[in-house]
Amino acid sequence: MTKQFIGKRIKRNEDPRLLTGQALFVDDVEIPGMLHAAFLRCDYAHARILSIDVSAARERPGVVAVFTAEDMGKDWEPGPPLVSPPPTLQGVTFHSRRQAPLVKDKVRHAGETVAVVIAESRYIAEDAVEDISVEYDPLPVIVDLGKALEPDSPLVHDDLDSNLAAHLYQQKGNYEAAKAQADVVIKKRFYLDRGAAVAMENRGIVAHWDEKSKQLIIWDTTQAPIAIRNGTAVRLGLSENQVRVIAPYIGGGFGPKMMMFYPEEILIPWVSMKLCRPVKWIEDRRENFYATTSEREQLHDVEMALTKEGRIMGLKDDFLHDTGAFDPYGLTLPLNTQCHLMGGYDIENFSSNCTAIFTNKPIVTPVRGAGRQQGIYVIERMVDFAAKELAIDPLEIRKKNFIPPDAFPYNNVIVDQAFAPLILDSGNYLPVYEKAVEMIGYEQFVKEEQPRLRAEGKHVGIAITPFIETTGVGPYEGARVQIETSGKVYVSSGYSTQGQGHFTSFAQIVSEQLGVAVSDVRIVTGDTAEFHWGTGTFASRGAVVVGNAVHAAASAVRQKVLKLASKVLATPEDALELEDGKVRIADIPHTSISLGELAALANPLRGAVEPGTEPGLEATDYFGPQYGATAFGTHAMIIEVDTETMMIEIKRYIAVEDCGRVLNPLIVDGQIHGGVSMGIGNAYYEKLHFDENGQILNASLADYLIVTAYEMPPRIEIGHGETLSPLSKLGTKGVGEAGAIPVPALFAQALENALLDYDLEILETPLSPNRLFELLYKS
Amino acid sequence: MINLFHLSVTVNGTLYEQEVEPRLLLSDFLRHDLGLSGTHVGCEHGVCGACTILFDNEPARSCLMFAVQAHGHKVITVEGLGTIDRLHPLQEAFWEAHGLQCGFCTPGFLTTLVPFLEKNPDPSEEEIREAISGNLCRCTGYQHIMDAVKLAAEKMRD
Repeated sequence: MTKQFIGKRIKRNEDPRLLTGQALFVDDVEIPGMLHAAFLRCDYAHARILSIDVSAARERPGVVAVFTAEDMGKDWEPGPPLVSPPPTLQGVTFHSRRQAPLVKDKVRHAGETVAVVIAESRYIAEDAVEDISVEYDPLPVIVDLGKALEPDSPLVHDDLDSNLAAHLYQQKGNYEAAKAQADVVIKKRFYLDRGAAVAMENRGIVAHWDEKSKQLIIWDTTQAPIAIRNGTAVRLGLSENQVRVIAPYIGGGFGPKMMMFYPEEILIPWVSMKLCRPVKWIEDRRENFYATTSEREQLHDVEMALTKEGRIMGLKDDFLHDTGAFDPYGLTLPLNTQCHLMGGYDIENFSSNCTAIFTNKPIVTPVRGAGRQQGIYVIERMVDFAAKELAIDPLEIRKKNFIPPDAFPYNNVIVDQAFAPLILDSGNYLPVYEKAVEMIGYEQFVKEEQPRLRAEGKHVGIAITPFIETTGVGPYEGARVQIETSGKVYVSSGYSTQGQGHFTSFAQIVSEQLGVAVSDVRIVTGDTAEFHWGTGTFASRGAVVVGNAVHAAASAVRQKVLKLASKVLATPEDALELEDGKVRIADIPHTSISLGELAALANPLRGAVEPGTEPGLEATDYFGPQYGATAFGTHAMIIEVDTETMMIEIKRYIAVEDCGRVLNPLIVDGQIHGGVSMGIGNAYYEKLHFDENGQILNASLADYLIVTAYEMPPRIEIGHGETLSPLSKLGTKGVGEAGAIPVPALFAQALENALLDYDLEILETPLSPNRLFELLYKS
Repeated sequence: MINLFHLSVTVNGTLYEQEVEPRLLLSDFLRHDLGLSGTHVGCEHGVCGACTILFDNEPARSCLMFAVQAHGHKVITVEGLGTIDRLHPLQEAFWEAHGLQCGFCTPGFLTTLVPFLEKNPDPSEEEIREAISGNLCRCTGYQHIMDAVKLAAEKMRD
């Protein structure tokens, strides 16, 4: 098979529509008779609802309906959990508490929905929201993670004894025994705080219940249309086949658009059914900060036991994890953190208690990296501190501890987010690490440039941070590939897309099998009418799970093509080749038949077919990996810090990435750039500031600072490794989150290095110019 | 009883006359009244730039304007820059350089950059970075956008 398409920098199929404003996003949906929703949200982070008076709102001209929890009657119910704790984990405590479409008894985080107004326009709906009067009894608020388990802490859920949401313990080997044998034990406490995804498109939903046909169509900015379809059908007493969920073009996902259900997501379809009218709700930016999920807050107490030569003998990490007011996402985030605490190092003894805690803050669910950054931050910081303590070169200590290439698949024993033991399928960490060292010119910088610049009074620092990233988890995805009589190929999958280039990268896989141009392959994602089964777009799994399903289905179609063409051209299959949309006889290229003609022949209108034949040139297949494929890489950076303004300048940035087989290098580069830009934001500019009343002090884009072109390095230089995953035919691994994962750890190392004369010890993230000033001033 | 205003505005070369509420935002007028949904709304507080249109040939935030402020003026949206069959060289360059991922912020970049490139046919890296510093993108990290602008400048010079 000639590799003509996979691995090539092919421009994207989807771009012309996006570039000319012709792509449909949820807020572009216009349906005659469509009504608009606006929500009354509670400003208090914790308050009992004493009374709600919507009478004035109902009177306003243009208002069609106003609903509260009471108006929902027996239809009111908290949402189902999206993810439950792994059944494979022993001794887990988990108190499942989920958000409701409208608050009934008390509000548990600022921004919770108390009432919804349905009106002829969003403008009128917002006016009517102001007409509603609510009597609240404000309650004491708990936002401090460290205090939430104290006996006198306000309780987020009154039916529980405390704010404990979950507890789990994982271990490998015997940490205490290892500690007893160790030459040195390092102890540190790290605090990591929240950041938001800030996709450029806010959330939104349009629901259209048609009473005559009894069909419900929903356009939703969701990363998981099939889950939404299935859950909605159950909730509303419909058959799955009566509900169609479409995730059209989505303006960025990054994790928070994967939920079931956001309150608005279950409410708006219900309203549409009640009123028999299409209803639209679009989130505004301020709502997004409160009502869309965020993550990253954890408090870690860590110990690392080492020999005096720098060999890590064991790691212990007991940490608190903020889950916000509810926990619909199970233990995914803390498990991801635990599974990255050992990084890519060969650590035989590990012990970790995780305690998840309810607070009066918005719900916590994955944001790009999904708990992995926290794990990598902790291990890389500990290794840095160990290197300092033992006076070992920070590069040498890492090389000493990397899992060697012949140790894969490497079993880390503990259970991961996909309920399976953490097995790292493949890896070769040293070459990628050394490549980063070489690309940034480490030796030369440390020996010559840095001393020279320091002598000039400049504060320049260098950092190199390796990391792993678990990707490609199951359970499964599927794809259907069909050659149409036009000769073009149609592919559908239950997956969804938020800009990752699926319409092109998956097409490349099909082109490779069927010999058609990439632009002749039409990929459809995000529409439950086009494919029935699937889970969703999360955890960097598209290239692995969907990619391999597409590959399997396309290969099956290839076999059908060859079988039929062999009969039609009266030539053995192995003498045929597929190229340029035709099947040709290899030695006699003029003799060919187009795929379109073959497709027509495969669906005869008359005559008999052989038993066991399926009509058309079509195949559906699924891929479910045994466990996830682990990607890895190393980032390196040189920064300069202005010790008066605390502003930083990234002079150079290197990202060496190994994500197995690369489908489209242009798309992979783009994912890395985007991930790094989020990582830089997470490290130095972004933080959700909550005050003691659970209010977000920076709930606007003017105050929550996502990275602009100015904060980026002049160029991100990318290097590649390609260690194929043995878990699939394509050998792909995910790369969607990788760019963001090592960056906070990288910044910590770089800043300490740049500010060597201040003898800084960085134990927290995110930082910021303000925070760095505080840390330097204190020391 | 709200007094409607008789708005008269040229958008992408076509004159539109409509009765609108004074408080109707220009972004909403373009997207929902005219059906030109290529202009996107990211924040409604003038920061992200996704809603950028050309107002009398200068980039402006349509989320911070009322439709009535466009009375008697000329507006160009992304739909007025090019079509799928005839892309503007800037659109072509974005396509070739992978200057977009989800595409939500893209129309705002395009409308910002067209007048920039017309005035600066051979921009430096510094100048390009400054030109795009008022537009937020969460997907690309800006690098391929910078590449697209350099490529577009080349195409437009030829």
